[in-house]
Amino acid sequence: MSDEMSKPFDKSALTHEELLKINRERKIQITAFACMIFLTLLAFIAVAMEMIAPGFTVPFILLLAVVQFALQLFYFMHLKDKDHEWPNAFMLTGIVVSTPAVIALILLLGVTKY
Amino acid sequence: MATATATNTNKSVLWDWLTTVDHKKLAVLYLIAGALFFLKAGLMAIFMRIQLMSAENTFLSGQTFNEFVTMHGTIMLFLAVTPLIFAFMNFVIPLQIGARDVAFPFVNALGFWIFFFGGLLVSVSWFFGGAPDAGWTAYVPLSSGEYGDLGLDFYVLGLQISGLGTLVSAINFIVTIINMRAPGMTMMRLPLFCWTGLVTSILIVFAFTPLAAGLALLMLDRIFGAQYFNPGSGGNPVLWQHIFWIFGHPEVYILVLPAFGIISEVIPAFSKKRLFGYTAMVFATLIIAFLSFMVWVHHMFTVGIGPITNSVFAIATMAIGVPTGIKIFNWLFTMWGGKIIFNTAMLCASSFVPTFVLGGVTGVMLAMVPVDYLYHDTYFVVAHFHYIVVGGIALGLLAGTFYWYPKMFGHKLNEKLGQLMFWMFYVGFHLTFFIQHILGLIGMPRRVFTYLDGQGMETMNLVSSIGAFMMGAAIIVLLINVVYSAYTSKRVTVRDPWDARTLEWATTTPVPEYNFAQTPQVRSLDPWFYEKVHGDGTMKPAEPMDEIHMPNGSILPLTIGLGLFVWGFGMIMMQMENPLIPEWIVIGAGVIITFGSMLLHSIHEDHGYHIPLDKIKKIEKEVS
Amino acid sequence: MSDSVDVSKGLPPNPEKATLEGKNKFLGFWVFLGGETIMFATFFGTFLGLRDGTAGGPSASELFSLPLVFIMTMLLLTSSLTSVLAMYSMKKNNFKNMMVLTGVTVLLGFAFLGFEIYEFYEYVHHGGLGFTTSAFGSSFYSLVGLHGAHVTFGLFWFITLMIRYSRTGITLTNAPKFYLASLYWHFIDVVWVFIFTVVYLMAIGGA
Repeated sequence: MSDEMSKPFDKSALTHEELLKINRERKIQITAFACMIFLTLLAFIAVAMEMIAPGFTVPFILLLAVVQFALQLFYFMHLKDKDHEWPNAFMLTGIVVSTPAVIALILLLGVTKY
Repeated sequence: MATATATNTNKSVLWDWLTTVDHKKLAVLYLIAGALFFLKAGLMAIFMRIQLMSAENTFLSGQTFNEFVTMHGTIMLFLAVTPLIFAFMNFVIPLQIGARDVAFPFVNALGFWIFFFGGLLVSVSWFFGGAPDAGWTAYVPLSSGEYGDLGLDFYVLGLQISGLGTLVSAINFIVTIINMRAPGMTMMRLPLFCWTGLVTSILIVFAFTPLAAGLALLMLDRIFGAQYFNPGSGGNPVLWQHIFWIFGHPEVYILVLPAFGIISEVIPAFSKKRLFGYTAMVFATLIIAFLSFMVWVHHMFTVGIGPITNSVFAIATMAIGVPTGIKIFNWLFTMWGGKIIFNTAMLCASSFVPTFVLGGVTGVMLAMVPVDYLYHDTYFVVAHFHYIVVGGIALGLLAGTFYWYPKMFGHKLNEKLGQLMFWMFYVGFHLTFFIQHILGLIGMPRRVFTYLDGQGMETMNLVSSIGAFMMGAAIIVLLINVVYSAYTSKRVTVRDPWDARTLEWATTTPVPEYNFAQTPQVRSLDPWFYEKVHGDGTMKPAEPMDEIHMPNGSILPLTIGLGLFVWGFGMIMMQMENPLIPEWIVIGAGVIITFGSMLLHSIHEDHGYHIPLDKIKKIEKEVS
Repeated sequence: MSDSVDVSKGLPPNPEKATLEGKNKFLGFWVFLGGETIMFATFFGTFLGLRDGTAGGPSASELFSLPLVFIMTMLLLTSSLTSVLAMYSMKKNNFKNMMVLTGVTVLLGFAFLGFEIYEFYEYVHHGGLGFTTSAFGSSFYSLVGLHGAHVTFGLFWFITLMIRYSRTGITLTNAPKFYLASLYWHFIDVVWVFIFTVVYLMAIGGA
């Protein structure tokens, strides 16, 4: 059996339905990519043109980044698919632990006392 | 191709151990390496207690004392306890989940060798002008390029390397526990040691990575002149404290959770009862793990971050007492009404409970911000965390040693010597550390190498030192026990010498390299006990007897570790005044060895070999 | 183990997770990425905590230029797409397409890396911001440099795989390897999304 680990295949075992499914997925991925380009443009334009009030620029571009982050993770890295419960759990843990750490490193340096 | 390598059994013993990817052999390697580092760090503690035995003693110089304090803490946490828990996790977890090996046998070996060479790099600092001396926390600016000596470079690079080894081992354990469980072994049937092993590994993945980041910052600061921590250039020293404790607090739980797991295995086994409140225990473990990331600022109450921050972290810290309390009560209720057998393992496990409670109580005391200003940096803190790490972790590890020794080495440890060791250790421990609470309260600062006469500290320090000598003597008794038992103890030939409950006792003693000839079908929590009571006393197989796929050994883990050692040493040479050979040659050699070995491993496809059926049948007949 | 895979009908639909070895690698790599998240978070926190510490040296808004960052972002985002499409080809057992798309990914990655090196060179030699100039400089170079190091490692990973498997076709052994390299590449892209937002746009956008 282990010999077959290094053997190429002359055909794919994809059924017709599975083929349709991954074709559909590819379409969604290209749409997601278009979204990401759009979001990036929006962020750059918001900053370059000073489109919105300065105080709102930062939350706005951060929000765009988070949306893009989700698009990458869910569509490009397949986190939305089934069989990804554990990867989801680990990414979520990473985000949950990172959040207080980043906030602390920005705010709690003893410069301003909270 | 597959079976050709299987017949190649005439390898030398040494080569076999250096190239092994068998989790049971790696467990023994971890155990030996961890025990050696433990002895080294323990000896330093004895020397420090000799120095503090009387006022204004001159046994050690202040510099040597600083180096001992630093190395004692660093070695104990990173290079002694971590490998010791990894030894048990390596040996026990695959057996407890009914697996033939870990998920990545190669990575398992890699983790050991990287850890080992990292530890070696920290240790060789003694021969190059002295060990690190800024405390195990290495606070800046004391540890920065401006004030820290060459020893700190060994600290930074050695810990980076050994931390990498710990990290890859942890990933391996996580994948093993999630993917390699036998049929029927659901997550809620996992023995508690596997649960705590899983949670510890997860904590390692999320805590050792910020440590790697922090050490990288310190390395860049020291070797390449970065300005993160220098207020004169816009930096901030508090940054280091945050990053260190974001790692440092979970680290405590990384070490103590497996000890909890060992206790949760030993107490049911010798109380002849199932673990009380299994589900509550699992969720308490998860809650502790979550909270451990949310409390790190309690190490920094006196920095002056602000009252609101301090209050929030104080409350979060006290909240940890709740899940820990759940665990304590569950252990007590497990023992309640059980047929308790007080052998050495059980003595260690049951005495763990009250000792740990004492450490927990002082923990809640320290969590109160106003009084923490009094306790901070005194011996009260030293007493508190030694109640956790010695009274908790060390007793847990001793219990685990006596409990799993027959499975690991094929014979029991001597009970008489074991109980002698336990009582010496236990009495010595309380003598050493209980009195340090009081020393701290009357104002003795930690990490200071001497104290003045006539301040009322002489007697208590003397008592503390006598206790430390008793603990040292207890460890010597343990070593004698290991040698004595190896020669005099009866060979264990039965599967289950303790009449225990979990799956590791369903394997034959000694455990064959493939662990289970047929993967067992798990039908309940405590599957082995279930089959003894409800079945015919043997595990039901989940598959027919067939040839077994095994991984090939490899020398590459060792060479990758060696490469990192050389690379790290080259980086340190950049700081040396007279390095003899240009450091770039050494760094280059290290990089080439490391990445060359990785490339070799990645290019060469190794699918392992199969043990043929008739050989398995022969082995099975021999061992049973 | 691998013995349970049915290979009679051709390449299984999800070749990266068809074998137990593949499943293990897949999960292990995700765990690693989870850990990478907090490592990058630490560097982000360091940068954000220290970005005002210019110590009289150049500040972020004086140095950064939007067009350069925009081009780099587009390059990396597009390379993420080609990498996704390479995985699509892998599932269809279209080896040649997979190799071509991975090759495009590598080229885009090198273009990105070139711009990054150019950027650093400009800052050091014309912008007056060295690694040791200020806490801002140190933390900027270490955050963006760490990302650059990840890009470099990812490129070498892709190249090694492409050379090693240039003639083998898609097998059950190399499918997980290509898949993981692709996951790694997406993760690098995810990190870059935060870098261009937090480091560059926030500095220029005036916060």
